[in-house]
Amino acid sequence: MGKTLFDKVWDSHVVTTIKDGPQVIYIDKHLIHEVTSPQAFNELKERGIPLLRPNQILATADHNTPTKDQHLPIKDDLSRKQLATLTKNCADNNIELYGLGHENNGIIHVIAPELGVTQPGMTLVCGDSHTSTHGAFGSIAFGIGTSQVAQVFATQSIVMEKPKSMRITINGNLKKGVLSKDVVLYILAEITANGGTGHFIEFAGEVFENMTMESRMTVCNMSIEMGARGGMIAPDKTTFDYVKGRKFAPKDTDFDQKVAYWKTLPTDANAVFDTEYTFDASDIAPMITYGTNPGMGIKITEKIPEDTNQSFKKSLQYMNFSPGSSLENLQVNYVFIGSCTNSRIEDFRVAAAYIKGKKKAANVTALIVPGSQLVAKQIQEEGLQTVFEDAGFELRQPGCSACLAMNDDKIPEGEYCVSTSNRNFEGRQGQGARTLLASPLVAASVAVAGKIVDISKLV
Amino acid sequence: MEKFKTLHSRAIPLPVENIDTDQIIPARFLKATDRVGFGKNLFRDWRYYKDGSINDEFVLNNDAFHGNILVAGSNFGCGSSREHAAWALCDYGLNVVVSSFFADIFKGNALNNGLLPVQVSESFLQALLKGISEDPKMIISVNLEQQLITAERLNLSEKFEINPYKKLCLLNGYDDMDYLVSILDEIKEYEVKK
Repeated sequence: MGKTLFDKVWDSHVVTTIKDGPQVIYIDKHLIHEVTSPQAFNELKERGIPLLRPNQILATADHNTPTKDQHLPIKDDLSRKQLATLTKNCADNNIELYGLGHENNGIIHVIAPELGVTQPGMTLVCGDSHTSTHGAFGSIAFGIGTSQVAQVFATQSIVMEKPKSMRITINGNLKKGVLSKDVVLYILAEITANGGTGHFIEFAGEVFENMTMESRMTVCNMSIEMGARGGMIAPDKTTFDYVKGRKFAPKDTDFDQKVAYWKTLPTDANAVFDTEYTFDASDIAPMITYGTNPGMGIKITEKIPEDTNQSFKKSLQYMNFSPGSSLENLQVNYVFIGSCTNSRIEDFRVAAAYIKGKKKAANVTALIVPGSQLVAKQIQEEGLQTVFEDAGFELRQPGCSACLAMNDDKIPEGEYCVSTSNRNFEGRQGQGARTLLASPLVAASVAVAGKIVDISKLV
Repeated sequence: MEKFKTLHSRAIPLPVENIDTDQIIPARFLKATDRVGFGKNLFRDWRYYKDGSINDEFVLNNDAFHGNILVAGSNFGCGSSREHAAWALCDYGLNVVVSSFFADIFKGNALNNGLLPVQVSESFLQALLKGISEDPKMIISVNLEQQLITAERLNLSEKFEINPYKKLCLLNGYDDMDYLVSILDEIKEYEVKK
C-alpha cells in the first residue's frame, strides 16, 4: 500500500515507538510566543533541565501586543511583564527573538513562512492551535500545550499517537468572488466543527493546486476549526518558488537537493485514507458564519437553518438571530481584516482592490491589522495604505489584535463584527461581541455598505 | 504530577455542546506568567455578568451542585491550545471531565496535568446528565485501573478508553517529560542519523 504525504513526513520523524502506546516524534522547528511559553521556561528551571536545541527555536511577540504606538512602553502591567519575561527567557537561552518593533516581528504564523523558516517535509510545533497554517507547505505542523512546549525545549520531541488520515478533494473552478476563506468556511459548514477530530487532513484537487501559498495557508490555518490537529497540502512548484530566496531558505545546490526530496513527498496514487470527502468547486459561494462555532456557516444568500438542539438555540440567542432569517442587509458596525488566517499581503491587495475609490459607510469602524512588519511595509510600498486611509479605514501595526482581543482591540458588547479571523466563539473579540467570519473581500464589501451584501453581485 | 486514585464524587452538569477553551478561560486572563490562580476565572463570562455580578443561573453558582467531576456536552475543549484551560479546571478542584467527545489538544493538555478526560457514549452522557439534575447528591465513581465509570444509583456503568501508556503515567504520577528525558540519548542518536 502506498503512503500519504502525512505518512511520509511522520514516518521520517519517528524516534521510537512506545509498546502499546504512542510514538516519539522529533520536532524540526519550534515556534514560541509570549503567552504560552513562560510556564514552560519555569518548568525547566524548576526541574533543572536545560534546553536541548535553542537554534531550532524562533520567538516572536504577537498575542498580547498593542497595535498602536508600539514604540512606547506598554501601559498594561501584566502585558508588559509578559513581554519582558519572553525577552529575558530568550536572552538567557540564546533563542532568536523578533520582539516588538523588530523589522521581522509579526504573528508567528505569518513571519515563519515569510522568512523561509517553514519548509516542506518538516515537523513544526508551537503553543498555538493555528500552527496548522504551516501545513500549507507540506509540513506536519500543529498546536501543542505548554507542558509539551517544555518537553520540546528539553528534548526536541513529543509523545503522540499517529492521527487518522483524511483527504478532502475539491476539483473544478471557483466562482468569481470566492476566496480560499470561503472554501474553508464551506468545508467547515459541510463537515462541522468536529468533523476532523482525531485526523490529520490533506487538502487535494485542482482548487488547492491552483491556489497561491497565501491562500493555502488560510485553508490549513482553519483545519484546527474542524477539530483536526492539522491540515496539509502537497508541495509543488508554487511551494518551491515561494520558499526560494527567503532569509532562512536553503541556498544554491542545497536548495536543489531539498527540492528533489520535497518532490518525493506527495501522496502515492495507491495510498488509502481513513476518511475521504469530495466537494465540487462550483457549489462554493461567498460564505459567512451566523453562530458561535466556525462550522455554523452559510452562503451569504442562504437562510439560517432550523435546529432543535439546545446548544444550537443557545448559540443563535447569543447572536440574536432567528432560524429561517437571512443575514443580507444586516447592519454591521465593525469590520476587522487581520489575524493569522487573513493578514498576508494577498488579503490586503484583494480588499484594497475592492475599496479603491470607495468610502467606508459612516456607521462602520474598520480595522486593518497587517500580519507582520514585512506585510506592513508592502502595504505602504504598494500604495495600499493610501487606499485604506482615503476610504476611512484605520491601519494599525502588526499583531493578533482583535482576533482574540487580548490587547485593547476589542469589539463592544452586543455589536456585530464581520471579521477575517478564525473563531466566532462567544466573547472571542470582546465580552458580548458577536463575530461573523468571512473573507477579506466580504469584509471589505461590508465596510463599504455598512451592512451585509451579496459580494458575488458586486464583483 | 500526582497519582490518579479512584474517585467517588458528586458531579456538576454542564449540558452544553462545543464548549471551547475561550469559554473555559477567556483570553484576557492569559497574561499571567505562572500556572496558578486560573480557577477563579474558570467559565468567567458564564459565571459573572460584565459588571462583575454573579449569574445565578449558571451551574457553578448553584449551591445544589458540587463535586470534582464535570459532566459536559459533546466536543468539550475545542478551539485554542491554551493549557490554561486545563489549569483552570484543575485549580477549581476538578479531577475528571466526562463528555461524549473531546477535542484532541485539550485531551492531551488535561492528561499532562493529571485531569482525566472520560469519554462516554452519548446515551450514557445523557442518562448521567438527567440523573444528576434529578439528584444532585448522586455519587459517580471513576476507576482508572478498571477504566470504568459508574453511577450506582442509576444502575449504570460504562468502560472508557485510555491509551495504556497514558494510563500508566496517570496511575504512577509520571508525565511525558519524565519519559522523554529518560530517552534523550536515543533522541540524540536520531539527530545524528538524520
